[in-house]
Amino acid sequence: MSGFLEATALNLTRAIGRALTSEEIARRRGLLQALDPRVRLLGVLALVIAVTLSRKPMVVATLLTLAIVLALLSRVSLATLAKRVWLVVFFFTATIALPALFVTPGRAVWRAPVGAVQITGAGLYTAALLVLRVETAVTFTTLLVLCTPWSHVLKALRSLGLPQELIAMLAMTHRYVFLLTETAGQMLESRRSRTVGALRGALQRQMVTRSAGVLMSKSFILSEEVYQAMLSRGFAGDVRLLPDFQMRRGDYAALAGVIVVGVAAVWWGR
Amino acid sequence: MSPIFELRDVCFDYEHTPALRGLSLQVEPGESIALLGANGSGKSTLLRLLDALCFPSRGTVTFDGEVLGPRLFQRNGPSHAFRRRVGLVFQNPDVQLFNPTVLDEVAFGPLQLEWTREQVLGKVEEALELMRIAYLRDRPPYRLSGGEKKRVALASIVVLDPEVLLLDEPTSMLDPRSQSEIIDLIHQWKDSSKTVITATHQLEMVEDIATRVVVLEEGRVAASGVPAQILSDQDLLLRANLVHAHRHSHGALSHSHPHRHSHTSHEHEH
Repeated sequence: MSGFLEATALNLTRAIGRALTSEEIARRRGLLQALDPRVRLLGVLALVIAVTLSRKPMVVATLLTLAIVLALLSRVSLATLAKRVWLVVFFFTATIALPALFVTPGRAVWRAPVGAVQITGAGLYTAALLVLRVETAVTFTTLLVLCTPWSHVLKALRSLGLPQELIAMLAMTHRYVFLLTETAGQMLESRRSRTVGALRGALQRQMVTRSAGVLMSKSFILSEEVYQAMLSRGFAGDVRLLPDFQMRRGDYAALAGVIVVGVAAVWWGR
Repeated sequence: MSPIFELRDVCFDYEHTPALRGLSLQVEPGESIALLGANGSGKSTLLRLLDALCFPSRGTVTFDGEVLGPRLFQRNGPSHAFRRRVGLVFQNPDVQLFNPTVLDEVAFGPLQLEWTREQVLGKVEEALELMRIAYLRDRPPYRLSGGEKKRVALASIVVLDPEVLLLDEPTSMLDPRSQSEIIDLIHQWKDSSKTVITATHQLEMVEDIATRVVVLEEGRVAASGVPAQILSDQDLLLRANLVHAHRHSHGALSHSHPHRHSHTSHEHEH
């Protein structure tokens, strides 16, 4: 059967698998999991800002070390971070940073044997800083997502003042993306079970386009029914959520600590 | 006693496809009605009209003497009062589970009706205990089995303690044990002061859940009466596609006659 359809079905299954792993990590007893979700959110935000504003690789590397320590104390394995963040981000960011190696003016540290191609020290510094910054910022945000159930992230965002309509939209998108992913996976499986031999590229594309169309029609019907189910239970335009967080002393201390670290990093990394 | 619902000559179309054609029906307070009909006979549409999620293209639906129409639901007061008194459990539980966790799902209705936080939490706990799903409290809907989803959908309505319960195929997608538990629950409501209208095509459960049976055929009421009377009318059941005739064998005897199946066996005289 076609490689494209096989790969799509496999990716859909993997996406659901990853979500289930995240939930399992969020339930573990660890440092980040024990903090109030609002502290986690604000703390990660402060650290990401610090990473972005720091201009010294040493400071950013220190913050990356902090992220690794937090991961270990929160029982998130480094293998998980390497697979989900470090490798993907490295290849993605390195591709973007690559031109900086050659076009940034400065003293050459390597010259091509022929032609005018050269890598400058300033280019190397800029590319390394960019990769390091992105790796560190994404590690912090991934830790937040891995150690916090999505429902808590949303409630934390709401309690920090994001409009409730936006929160409701995000919640529903997250909720129904799984249902639609599952449906898409089943549609592809059903195709595979009725297909013999290899399919030509054009036919594969046609199949995928048709499946996407059917999925879209299904999602429209679903959205209409979901809206009716909301109306049926009293929805009149305003989404009301159950606030169930309570700050403890440890949460205030952790928030203060993170802010101090963030400010120090920005000052040191000027 | 005046009827709680009165439908007069009600018609409803889905984009030129008629679903209900001149349907008239009265429902008395405290009645337990089983709506029987084959697929496409108009059962789900009728339940949605009774829950004021759509309105007839011709004819009227009144609830407690008041005509249900779009104008009534433009104001929060009457809308809240109606939603508090009437609850609908959808056939597909995925439609009804749009919140990030089971707790949020069950709390959604009470929060929309602006109950106090203490009231909401108290009632949610009661509903979770009643449906024996307290252990699912923090689970997201995509991690629930079909039976668990159905229970959560029921809990999300039961929490409002409505006077009228509209149930669309409440036992579909359930294993035999869960089916029997849901039937027991509806049986309890039958003996209470609640009005319960259950759409189903499972004849086996009718006598347990209803004091009156209404048979729908092509968007009209084909018959109405006590369960024993309706279930003994083989011609009616055959015409409404609720029973079927097929050839089967008992030892050496092979013959064909109209009959209905419980899941594993059926009985008849030769």
